[in-house]
Amino acid sequence: MAFLHELATGMGGVRTAGDLVARAMASKGLRIGEAKKYVAEKIGVSVFDLSDSQVMREVREDLNIGHVLVRPGGALGIEAKIRIAELLGIEINSVKRFKEKAGLEY
Amino acid sequence: MDKIFSRMGDGSALWLTPEELRHELRSGMEDAADMGKIPPLSEDELEHLYDICADPRKVVTVKPGNEVVHSFDAGTLKFPLRGGLPIDRLGTVLAHERAMCSDTFEMGHVDYSFKPVKAIISEERQAMEQVQLNATMPVYYGAMPNLGLYTKPDGPIDNWSELLPKGMLNEALAAQEEAMEMAIRDICYVAEAMHESGADGINFDTVGASGDADVLASLKAAEQLKKAFPEMHIEMGMAGEFVLGMHGRLEYDGVRLAGLYSHQQLKVAEKAGVDIFGPVINSKSSKSTPWNIARSCTFVKACTEIASIPIHPNAGMGVGGVPVTSTAPVDAISRASVALIEIGKADGL
Repeated sequence: MAFLHELATGMGGVRTAGDLVARAMASKGLRIGEAKKYVAEKIGVSVFDLSDSQVMREVREDLNIGHVLVRPGGALGIEAKIRIAELLGIEINSVKRFKEKAGLEY
Repeated sequence: MDKIFSRMGDGSALWLTPEELRHELRSGMEDAADMGKIPPLSEDELEHLYDICADPRKVVTVKPGNEVVHSFDAGTLKFPLRGGLPIDRLGTVLAHERAMCSDTFEMGHVDYSFKPVKAIISEERQAMEQVQLNATMPVYYGAMPNLGLYTKPDGPIDNWSELLPKGMLNEALAAQEEAMEMAIRDICYVAEAMHESGADGINFDTVGASGDADVLASLKAAEQLKKAFPEMHIEMGMAGEFVLGMHGRLEYDGVRLAGLYSHQQLKVAEKAGVDIFGPVINSKSSKSTPWNIARSCTFVKACTEIASIPIHPNAGMGVGGVPVTSTAPVDAISRASVALIEIGKADGL
């Protein structure tokens, strides 16, 4: 059920920019069109490109913000989220907690 | 004349002529407009719905560029519990992130209600902290307010569903009010703990399953949590298109909750500080799937047109135009999915 919804109407998560748009939507209280526009401006692509896995693979690898293809040395999980928080200008709860627990400046 | 392959609301196959399909769509739309006292769909929207439902392909999708972000309920229950897969919750989350390409996900306990989670909060926190270290996508924690769990023999309170038939009206009302206060405490306790463990948000799921007291408990909990933690993201998914008046006299900010339809539920959720609202429009198994899809789109569009927060209508089994069956056919699901986005103008599902 859920997979079919994702296939039919979903953005594609970390394969594209679905996770980034979802974060912008929740953090900034934006509707879908505004959230897409916000993310597109932040990462320097068109709104249409946000759901294009071909474009977004290169963008995500260049920005090192995690992808479905896990590569040696590539940021993943909390490493990627630290970069995403800075890139989108948002606070990510787990990043804040991680930095506090690790004794890193926040 | 070739007939169009469609479905009944219970998932069984149905063949309709073009005229019959148009009639089903209009009838479903009119039912929603009449029940909810909301605007009908336009003729162009009905025609677009016809194109979606009459499409001969098995699976339909939105046009490129029209994609939305999806959220979940019962997220980590789907693989290990429903599917019986030998995989833990962290594995489930990462499979959804890197194999199914979910936009967001939700972690929950097998009992999936706030009350039972309270007793195992340390273990839930530990699991969430592991998930947050490893997951890149947003992961929420979800559970149901589930007021019924506070009644005897599961809880300490007399069961209002047993008191009401006996004519013990005042006792039934008092029992719901007492359960509500307990639920508020439990929701806030669990939500605060999961927030401290890095959850990207809290999903209140199936709100209103026990009626208006269930809704009021959720609204008050959301209000308290947002006051204490303004940065906490709260998603509220409802139990139905209509709030059942099990109590009947409960109000939130001067609005009586019993009888509220989706677009009215949205407004009280916004007042409580909810960040994403999930309307639920119940599918009718005795009607066709096109009838149910048109009806759902009409209710959802009434929400999206007045919303100041994102709208993620529920589209699981038996809601949002999806047939009432645990193995809903892919043709029906994809049509409901596309219609809720392109006609209902939802921000996600």
